[in-house]
Amino acid sequence: MVLVLLMAGPALAVSNPADMLPDPAQEARARALGYEIRCMVCQNQSIEDSEVGLARDLRLLVRERITAGDSDAQVKSFLHARYGDFVLLRPPFAWNTLILWATPLVALLAGFGLILLARRGATATPPPAPLSAEEQRRIAAIEAAIENKDGTKA
Amino acid sequence: MIAELGHFALALALVLALAQSILPLLGAELRNGRMMATGAPLALGQCLAIAAAFGCLMYSYAINDTTVTNVVQNSHSAKPMLYKITGTWGNHEGSLILWIMILGFCGAAVSAFGRELPTALRARVLGVLGLISLGFLAFTIRTSNPFERVWPPAPDGQGLNPILQDIGLALHPPLLYLGYVGYAVTFAFAIAALIEGRVDAAWGRWVRPWSLAAWSFLTLGIALGSWWAYYELGWGGYWFWDPVENASLLPWLIGTALLHSAIVVEKREALKTWTILLAIIAFGMSLLGTFLVRSGVLNSVHSFANDPERGLFILGLLMFYLAGAFLLFAFRARAMIPTGIFAPVSREGAIVLNNLLVCSITAVVFVGTLWPLFADALFGSKVSVGPPFFNSASFPLVVPLLLAMAAGPLMPWKRAQLVPVVMKLWWVAVIGFAAFFVALLASGQKVLPAVGFAFAAWVVGAAFADIADRTALFRTNLGNAWNRAKGLPRAAWGAAIAHAGIGITAAGIAGMGLAQERLASMAPGESVTLAGYEWRLDAVRDEVGPNWTARRAQITLLRDGAEVRVMRPARRYFPVARMHTTEVAIHTNLIADLYAVVGEEEAATGRAVIRLHYNLLAPWIWLGAAIMALGAALSLADRRVRVSAPNRAAARAAAPA
Amino acid sequence: MTPLARRLLLTTPFVAAAVGGVGFYTALQRQRTGVYNPRGVPSALIGQPPPDFVLPELPESGVASFGGADLRALGRPVLVNFWASWCVPCIIEHPQLMKLSREGVPVFGIAYKDKAPDSLQFIRRHGNPFHRLAQDVPGRVAIDWGVYGVPESYLLDAQGVIRWRYAGPITDEVLEQDLRILLRRYA
Repeated sequence: MVLVLLMAGPALAVSNPADMLPDPAQEARARALGYEIRCMVCQNQSIEDSEVGLARDLRLLVRERITAGDSDAQVKSFLHARYGDFVLLRPPFAWNTLILWATPLVALLAGFGLILLARRGATATPPPAPLSAEEQRRIAAIEAAIENKDGTKA
Repeated sequence: MIAELGHFALALALVLALAQSILPLLGAELRNGRMMATGAPLALGQCLAIAAAFGCLMYSYAINDTTVTNVVQNSHSAKPMLYKITGTWGNHEGSLILWIMILGFCGAAVSAFGRELPTALRARVLGVLGLISLGFLAFTIRTSNPFERVWPPAPDGQGLNPILQDIGLALHPPLLYLGYVGYAVTFAFAIAALIEGRVDAAWGRWVRPWSLAAWSFLTLGIALGSWWAYYELGWGGYWFWDPVENASLLPWLIGTALLHSAIVVEKREALKTWTILLAIIAFGMSLLGTFLVRSGVLNSVHSFANDPERGLFILGLLMFYLAGAFLLFAFRARAMIPTGIFAPVSREGAIVLNNLLVCSITAVVFVGTLWPLFADALFGSKVSVGPPFFNSASFPLVVPLLLAMAAGPLMPWKRAQLVPVVMKLWWVAVIGFAAFFVALLASGQKVLPAVGFAFAAWVVGAAFADIADRTALFRTNLGNAWNRAKGLPRAAWGAAIAHAGIGITAAGIAGMGLAQERLASMAPGESVTLAGYEWRLDAVRDEVGPNWTARRAQITLLRDGAEVRVMRPARRYFPVARMHTTEVAIHTNLIADLYAVVGEEEAATGRAVIRLHYNLLAPWIWLGAAIMALGAALSLADRRVRVSAPNRAAARAAAPA
Repeated sequence: MTPLARRLLLTTPFVAAAVGGVGFYTALQRQRTGVYNPRGVPSALIGQPPPDFVLPELPESGVASFGGADLRALGRPVLVNFWASWCVPCIIEHPQLMKLSREGVPVFGIAYKDKAPDSLQFIRRHGNPFHRLAQDVPGRVAIDWGVYGVPESYLLDAQGVIRWRYAGPITDEVLEQDLRILLRRYA
């Protein structure tokens, strides 16, 4: 499909170096976490991908929480408490996301089931119809003819 | 005048499509040769009429006719001529005309090259294609007529979204549509087969070139879109699991399954019902993509202006074709008794496994893409399903797929033994493990990219092992192997090359997992180091283009003090759209992309924000896709695919008599 | 497989497509009537007390600032409005806020990421509907409320529980059709 960008923002994803954390390990953690947080005003972009003001605020917030010693889960639940499920790009495991997360397994099992059914069907369908009396008579005639030609049976 | 001509051509095409969807189908039913024979000229006429309409629209764009609403809304006089022309399909209405025109070409191709098809089958295929055209022409004329006039003329157009003013994106939709529409042809073959109640090896052989061509174009189209996102959006990413991207991936995945299962129909007359089903779903997924993109029910970065009215019409079409086809399937598919029986461990078995895994991946993408819609309707909750979900959920399915795709081609039909396959592949496995450990050590214990490299080596190695086995490379002298290689059917080469392409893409994706990035605020004259290169910002200057102004940075790339390349990333400003775009500068040596983006400048200090990436093996992602498409094209060129199948079928039928 | 089972199995694609079609049709209808908006997001704070916060007042505005404790202690429904002078839709919604304010509904404002002189000039030109007015220059309190753009309004009931959030300008239509009913319900 032709891709028409609705938002004017995404082309400017160059952020401010001053926002980065001095500790590379913490910065790497913040980035990885940022990719799982949705930029609320953009469509389908993480806060790390967006240059919208709110995305930058949230990037800073994530870094602040990490410096304050929060775990990844704590940062996520901090944002989740404020912005709800929508902010998480990885839907949390819950009863209402069960079908979503079970898709790979359900699809595989359904596929296996279908294959088994089809194989049973396939082995069940082609039992050749028993020969009719007419056919048996003809085979007997042919056999007899062959034997006569060979002359083994007088 | 030209616009009215275009409108008339569109109406003419509609009438021809109506005739094409009735006469040949009816003729085939009544066994009326003259009625069946109308199919070919009608298809040709329809194709010409739509091409004329498309030409008229293109002309209106080229001369920037500001009395045509569509031109006013999507073009501007200051745009370069190239983008005026490509802008013809850079909007909802124009892209629809392009879609229908390509469908028209396919119809004409079926009537021109399908002379060896049985008359009734050809008439039915053309009839179904006419029916598809009819629906989309009605949709265009009813809701999306590009030839509407505006009076008084607007002073000038409103301009095309600057991001679309790019050659990569100009070529992306036609390629993608060639893929989608190719699946319309396989769909038509499936419907014709259902009506006739007969699917045999010959049918498999006729469908195969279309499914190969569609897959090849779709692969290129998706790759081009991904490449465009990579160099144009400046995020450094190449795939975002956006609903619109997923919409093109769904038919590609089903198409991949179809490609494989159609071989089984052709060679072994098994999996017939399943292949018919896949052919229907592949086209259904193409239509679903059209629906999702043009109705706005999903939340996407990229989409056309949202219009539920149009969405309703497309949904109606989707339901008519898809539900209609499935209804026919429910009644007629019983007639297709499989004749080829095979053991689980066999070439057929491997293809069934491929289908199982590919379809499961399709299910993941499908459910993930539509989940926000489900969740809202069922639980009233707003959720996001983003890249982390798709990556985690598809990974456990991709791994066995990559494992199995190596073994499949090495297995004989009907019944295979595992031991000989293992004997042929053990050294490939050794190379895979070696690649894993080397990558692990070299990357500083990054496990996932190392796993990626291992699989890439495994898949490419297995493709080589397949060719080596077929040419007896290690069992005979080189001359013999060379002669055997020359004699190998092109389809065998095609399969091995396409499989190797998957491996190359996998290597690219793994390499991107090791990409390095550096963000710096730099004053002219300063430099930073990244990935062993010195990147020196020389200056940032003004630049003026036809419909934009820009700030262009000059960055000199140095290695060990020697100049490698001067890079010129820019930030463009389009006054008509009041939008900024980034122009990324990429230096590639095919092992890695060196990628530079320039951001905002601080007026006070003269410093500019520069983002630099070292994207290891990034070009391989698209190189692999091109290799896949090449493999499919090579298969397409196989003599056995081109040779008129019915003659052979007839010969075979005659032989036992 | 019995012939019946096989027939049922072959009918499943049709059934799935039909169900999917009905589903998509419902989605489109819901989208058309505005029930479903792919871009609209509900607030995570509905049914909860407002976050704790302390914000400075806007000097020379003539009204005091407020914090989370003030909202909880108010004892009657209150509309909390996030706005900014640079926000164009805020101008559209302003007359409705003025109307509510004149009717005696407590309207508390938070100026979001705005310069104090600009905020001041805005309420001097368009009138001040706010009984209390606070400044959130860094925009951090707004994040605690789950604000993702301005204007955004929250309705709190007499117990200080957040009952309703509206993202976007409160037009006359929104005021008459939604807000008034809610104000009556939580009075």
